[in-house]
Amino acid sequence: MIVFILRRLTQSAVVIAAMAVLVFTGIFAIGNPIDVLISPEADEVERAAAIARLGLDQPMHVQFARFVESAVGGDLGTSFVHGVPALGLVLQRFPATLELALAAMLLAVLLGIPLGLWAGLKPDSVAGRVIMTGSILGFSLPTFWVGMMLIMAFAVQLGWLPAGGRGQTASLFGIQWSFLTRDGLAHLILPAINLATFKLSLVIRLARAGTREVALQDYVKFARAKGLSPARVVGVHILKNIMIPVVTVLGLELGSVIAFSVVTESVFAWPGMGKLLIESILQLDRPVVVAYLLLTVLLFVVINLVVDLIYSMLDPRIRLGGGRA
Amino acid sequence: MSAAREESPLRRLARDFARSRVAVVGLAVLVLVMLAAVFAQLVAPQDPYDLAQLDIMDSLQPPGTAGGAGWTYWLGTDDQGRDLWSAIVFGLRTSLEVGILATLIALAVGVAVGMLAAYAGGAVDGAIMRLVDIQLSFPAILIALILLALLGKGVDKVIVALAAVQWAYYARTVRGSALVERRKEYVEAARCLALPHSRIMLRHLLPNCLPPLIVVATVQVAHAIALEATLSFLGVGVPVTEPSLGMLIASGYGFMLSGNYWVSLFPGVALLVVIVAINLVGDRLRDVLNPRLSH
Repeated sequence: MIVFILRRLTQSAVVIAAMAVLVFTGIFAIGNPIDVLISPEADEVERAAAIARLGLDQPMHVQFARFVESAVGGDLGTSFVHGVPALGLVLQRFPATLELALAAMLLAVLLGIPLGLWAGLKPDSVAGRVIMTGSILGFSLPTFWVGMMLIMAFAVQLGWLPAGGRGQTASLFGIQWSFLTRDGLAHLILPAINLATFKLSLVIRLARAGTREVALQDYVKFARAKGLSPARVVGVHILKNIMIPVVTVLGLELGSVIAFSVVTESVFAWPGMGKLLIESILQLDRPVVVAYLLLTVLLFVVINLVVDLIYSMLDPRIRLGGGRA
Repeated sequence: MSAAREESPLRRLARDFARSRVAVVGLAVLVLVMLAAVFAQLVAPQDPYDLAQLDIMDSLQPPGTAGGAGWTYWLGTDDQGRDLWSAIVFGLRTSLEVGILATLIALAVGVAVGMLAAYAGGAVDGAIMRLVDIQLSFPAILIALILLALLGKGVDKVIVALAAVQWAYYARTVRGSALVERRKEYVEAARCLALPHSRIMLRHLLPNCLPPLIVVATVQVAHAIALEATLSFLGVGVPVTEPSLGMLIASGYGFMLSGNYWVSLFPGVALLVVIVAINLVGDRLRDVLNPRLSH
């Protein structure tokens, strides 16, 4: 177990280091932010001062050494556009993204498992077919387009829900959350549905496949023969056993939901870190892009590690690192 | 059963495929869309990027308006008076071009790498597959965003980014089937004949690994098109001079909120039709080409 954890940690460290080099060299070697950031009317002295202030006059390896040194200390540079520390800027937007991602996951699970169970228990019924067709659509439709259609239907045509923004927020643990106020909740609904669509389809498929497999097992037949109520058989015997794949996949998908929130946040003007990333890419605000990417990679590595560990504990059939050295 | 004559594999495949009516419809739509994209100049009443043909007086006309040039804007016009149908046909061309090229490049790279891993085995295999695992643990959109943040805008850059996102799927698929095929007798026979490794890989192993690759590639074209549309929507994909469907949808976004729904809606429908058609064909191919599922 310890060997496994150590090996996974080393691997994770290598991934983060490789990412840092890739992101840094790419971003700092291509594109010239000086032209974008310094007004064309600025005279030579102002230009030189700005370049020196941003550290852009140093040779590439010096810039990188500086970058690594300060990155380890949690300082990823100062945003060219906002003039505040890049990491702080990204972290400040993180709660909004997290809130959106968790709301989407919750929706996907709460709707997906019952729908998948239903489709799995009655695969040939009309409802079962409708659910499966819906899930194919959910896989096929591009997220940004679904989001636009949601805005069009519920915000523009019907006028039921707001089209964008986070609405009124309330403070909890010193962080602003939307779901604590009525207005914020109304703003959260459409983006959460949008972000959930893809994962909902995934959960439906997983739950359906699991149900079809489990429903044929002997212990389910036995439970039925014992005279247990159908509700108990489905709710206890089947549900418990389809949860293992669902939980694992969802753990891994949390990261992907955070990555995909880039799209939803852009459509709904949700002030999370995904929207910040797109704005920063377009404005060539390199420190912010670097901070976002490194933070997300770190998040991913941690999530993958944790899911791997939990999975090996949940399912004793998985022997850690067994066989292959 | 009555005809005892040997049927060619391709023919059997076509017959099996045609058993699903939905898949045939999907294929028909796909062929039509491809033809429209290839012959865009003939299908579209105007060249949407020849500014001389645009009439700014015709901007934001609703669908079905009669245009000044004597033909009707069946799908309406955008803010520059561009016929939306023409813009969609030309946009389809960019979208398909990007999707197909990216898939082909990724396929070539992935197959080469996956074959190598399966054939070489040992440390080479371990290193390659570790890389594949790591890459697949990151969502495609994140990798594409990183690459495009590094490379900048452009059709060629989007193709590179999409290929970089996809190659790992093919590598994994081809390695899986090559590992199975490698142990079969015909490969052993080829080895005994002392054929060169490259020949065994290309002429013996590869053809037998094709079915799952075809299925994955079909579905990946749809993914590539959707991802390209998403990236272009976010403004980091193709440039304004070569708009894809995603770009058209993005530029219509602002008008949607003011009630001019068609500028964004129709390119979206076109995108949807393409993706669903490809997925239908891909799903059917998966059923037909997978011997474990056929009864």
